[in-house]
Amino acid sequence: MKLSNIFKNGIFKENPVLVQLVGLCSVLAVTTTTVNGLSMGLAVTAVLLGSNIVISLMRNIIPDKIRIPAFIVVIATFVTLLEMFLNAYMQSIYNALGIFLPLIVVNCTILARAESFASKNSVVPSMVDGLGMGLGFTFAVTVLGIVREVFGNGTFLGGTDFVINVFGEAYPGAGILVAPAGAFILLGIFIAVFNVVLNKKKKTN
Amino acid sequence: MNLLTILVSTVFVNNYVFARFLGICPFLGVSQKTETATGMGLAVTFVITMASAITYLVYHSILDPLGIGYLQTLTFILIIASLVQFIELVIRKMSPSLYNGMGVFLPLITTNCVVLGVTIINIQDNLTFLDSVINGLGASLGFFLALILLAGVREKLELADVPEALKGVPIALVSAGLMSIAFSGFSGLV
Repeated sequence: MKLSNIFKNGIFKENPVLVQLVGLCSVLAVTTTTVNGLSMGLAVTAVLLGSNIVISLMRNIIPDKIRIPAFIVVIATFVTLLEMFLNAYMQSIYNALGIFLPLIVVNCTILARAESFASKNSVVPSMVDGLGMGLGFTFAVTVLGIVREVFGNGTFLGGTDFVINVFGEAYPGAGILVAPAGAFILLGIFIAVFNVVLNKKKKTN
Repeated sequence: MNLLTILVSTVFVNNYVFARFLGICPFLGVSQKTETATGMGLAVTFVITMASAITYLVYHSILDPLGIGYLQTLTFILIIASLVQFIELVIRKMSPSLYNGMGVFLPLITTNCVVLGVTIINIQDNLTFLDSVINGLGASLGFFLALILLAGVREKLELADVPEALKGVPIALVSAGLMSIAFSGFSGLV
């Protein structure tokens, strides 16, 4: 497979969130604002990239029988590194992501890529795959974050210095979108829309 | 905190699935039939309660005294993985039909974030040993309840006339959202 195809695969055809439906916990939990969604996406991308590189390098050394525990240890190491890094340099993101930062370990996206791609391919394709899947994940969480923040709170980029009040100060906010229920319903609608678009594209080809 | 309060709070008020978004993958994955949902719920209940007890002991008697608390995530996930392996062996021996029903989702309990989530929250909130175990039990019963309820809804949805694009997971997510609204009615109970 061509590298550009592997990359595009992660973002569209096999988007981890919208098509494969894995790693949904963090998708629902941290997308209350644009910034949180984006930082979660980038955090997952970083871990995915690291774990895919290391696992594809070690794929001939790791015995087949204990590969899953071995993958998890690699992933957990990267997550711990990321946690320490964010705690030291980006305290506000560290606090906003909270428990979902250590929980990146059990984000099925990462283990699934290790098992189905990195353990079978050489370093460069694995890197591209990690990047593509990571950005596909980032795309989904960011869009969800934007929708929930703009319509739920009436702000865009809240929590930074560039806050914009999209509907003016008087917007009362649709609280349901920020509440857990809104996350479930919006994600359901988002997946349905994405499916419709993908199917249309397939038919026109 | 009163043990009963913890239990009611984790099962209904702060349900780990509806309020904290933990365990969504199996929540959507094995909720098509009530039978598999029951099996999964039981297995998860056992794993979480055991994991809460073991991780508490490991953290407070090994990691903390040695000052290597930063190895928490790594250690906990290994403990959970071995527990799951053990349960898989037991279920395969005792009930092959249940084993077949749960299929790929049994090893996936390892990556069920409720399990790791509960154990980390136990340590974060500085719970005592007994509180941790009850918190684990409550969390898993809450997960069990959510799973069975959604499975029941989805069995009925099979017969409903759902728009093509919403079939499968999207409509399940929308139903889960409506259930989450219902569960928010419990807030203020404790």
